[in-house]
Amino acid sequence: MRIADLLRFALRAAAGSPLRTALMALAMAIGVAAVVVLTALGDGARRYVVNEFNALGANLVIVLPGRTETGGVGIGTLSASTTRDLTLRDAAALLRADGVVRIAPLVVGDAEVSSGGRLRTTYVVGTTADFARLRRLELAQGRFLPDEDLERAGSWAVVGATIRHELFGAKPALGARLRIGDRRFRVIGVLAAGGQGLGMNTDELVLVPAASAQALFDTSTLFRILVEARERSVLARVKAQVADILAARHDGERDVTLLTQDAVLGTFDRILAALTLAVAGIGAISLAVAGILVMNVMLVSVAQRTGEIGLLKALGAPPAMIHRTFLAEAGMLSLAGAAIGVLLGFAGATALRAMFPELPAYPPPWAVMAGLATAMLTGIGFGILPARRAAHLNPVQALARGM
Amino acid sequence: MSQIELRDIDRVFEIGDTRVHALKSISLTIDAGEYVAVMGPSGSGKSTLLNILGLLDRPDRGQYRLEDREVGALPPDQQAAVRSRRIGFVFQSFHLVPRLSAAENIALPMVLAGIAPAERRRRVAEALADVGLEARAQHRPQQLSGGQRQRVAIARATIMQPAVLLADEPTGNLDRATGAEVTALLETLNHGGTTLIVVTHDPALGERAGRRLLMEDGALSDDRRR
Ligand SMILES: Nc1ncnc2c1ncn2[C@@H]1O[C@H](COP(=O)(O)OP(=O)(O)OP(=O)(O)O)[C@@H](O)[C@H]1O
Ligand SMILES: [Mg+2]
Repeated sequence: MRIADLLRFALRAAAGSPLRTALMALAMAIGVAAVVVLTALGDGARRYVVNEFNALGANLVIVLPGRTETGGVGIGTLSASTTRDLTLRDAAALLRADGVVRIAPLVVGDAEVSSGGRLRTTYVVGTTADFARLRRLELAQGRFLPDEDLERAGSWAVVGATIRHELFGAKPALGARLRIGDRRFRVIGVLAAGGQGLGMNTDELVLVPAASAQALFDTSTLFRILVEARERSVLARVKAQVADILAARHDGERDVTLLTQDAVLGTFDRILAALTLAVAGIGAISLAVAGILVMNVMLVSVAQRTGEIGLLKALGAPPAMIHRTFLAEAGMLSLAGAAIGVLLGFAGATALRAMFPELPAYPPPWAVMAGLATAMLTGIGFGILPARRAAHLNPVQALARGM
Repeated sequence: MSQIELRDIDRVFEIGDTRVHALKSISLTIDAGEYVAVMGPSGSGKSTLLNILGLLDRPDRGQYRLEDREVGALPPDQQAAVRSRRIGFVFQSFHLVPRLSAAENIALPMVLAGIAPAERRRRVAEALADVGLEARAQHRPQQLSGGQRQRVAIARATIMQPAVLLADEPTGNLDRATGAEVTALLETLNHGGTTLIVVTHDPALGERAGRRLLMEDGALSDDRRR
């Protein structure tokens, strides 16, 4: 029998009993749709987390003064024992490292901020112009801190959206005077609302030049230095160089802590990938159930078509050919069901994205392929028993059943 | 050398502890182009004999040579090949596939044999003309009368140009006039050289055959040539 004839024959047989066919295809479709939607959900969650981390800066090396074995990224985890100051000169020296795009020193403290009689206490961050590029901060108004000498204590300030609102209300903020502690600043920019950086909501920040913040808080050390590598692949090299440069500057003492987010990100990535696989497995169970349904329906089909099978044998079809026609039928139905399932799954994923816009719930291609393949395999796998039964029917008894 | 040689064929059916000896030591030779009617009372083993001749059933004992080849003990695949190329079946209840048109039913043996579509179309058109059903090519079996159905079935049975045509009560489901038409069609094929073996209860039909086999209780009780 020619392949084209085999497929056509199987297709005609499937079309001959629409209800049976539809039932089987539906079971497969539901199974595949479950796989597609569940993996879209799992992979969406994984991508969401990875993106969030990337927004924080996946190719950052964060330098903390003092040696700590563990350390976080947020403001809350200050270093344990500071042996030697981490200075602005140290920060500037890191630009020499190969693969470093930019650096941003951070001085952080809280201070009273006031303007025109209004006052509140908030975080003040001392940094440089590159901080905005490094954190990809957006400005609502004005401009960010100017590119100037690291050690110059300029009197510029950039404020977050909430601070702007609380201190200036409806009045124009740009150009306004601002008092931080006992020093005066001029507002040159307002950050766009909703920015995130290093676990801080930038809406409540006031940013000033690093040297100014050091003077303000009367300190000579830095809270952090953020070092941005060209790409994630050179992160390890950059980290080693940063360690060497700082050790050379600190009389050979390795007295700083270097953090990268690679490890944390890698862990989350792995956990969520495993989770996605697990939900894919749950979806695959529904495919197995669909497979059993396929087997039942095919067994009914063999019973109903006993006379026809006898006829095919009488007309010279060897057992293997009968076997193939039934497998082709199961395979085609499974494929059709799986295709419908993929469409349903994509529709479901689209609905998920509409419901949770922040979740990139796209079905991963591997899951779609695996869903289709599993559907085909279960369909054909569970089709083997009925096909074998058909192939080994006794032709005389089969013919006695009539058509 | 005869086309068909049966020697000492036994066929025993066992259901539970009862044994039905459906064929008892049947020996028989049939030459190419013969017209044989198999007659006898119900349950005498006519259909069983025909099934063994058609390789649909295996004897429990004895040899079956078809065209000088021992075929009774061939493996199923090779028996299928012999059925495909050398044997045609016509059944009492037609056995047409209901979802296929008349033309597709006739083409079915060629589809199974892997014959190319162009060749199939040519031969189906010829066969339809031979049985006088050109106008019915696209009709489904349900849309055809009994006689037309049996003519489609005959066209299907002969489309592979078999050496032997086996018909088990081909007119059993037809009225007398239609039955006569179908008989005439089968006889035309026989005149063309095909061996025709017909099981029938109809003495009139039996009279027309060149050779009559009478079966009784699983044995050949009479073998008469005209
Ligand atoms: N599959 C089977 N299992 C058990 N017994 C069978 C089977 N097939 C046939 N028989 C028995 O074998 C004997 C011969 O049956 P067969 O069908 O050959 O008779 P027949 O001559 O064709 O009868 P009829 O004219 O009624 O068609 C009968 O007694 C029948 O009951
Ligand atoms: Mg019979």
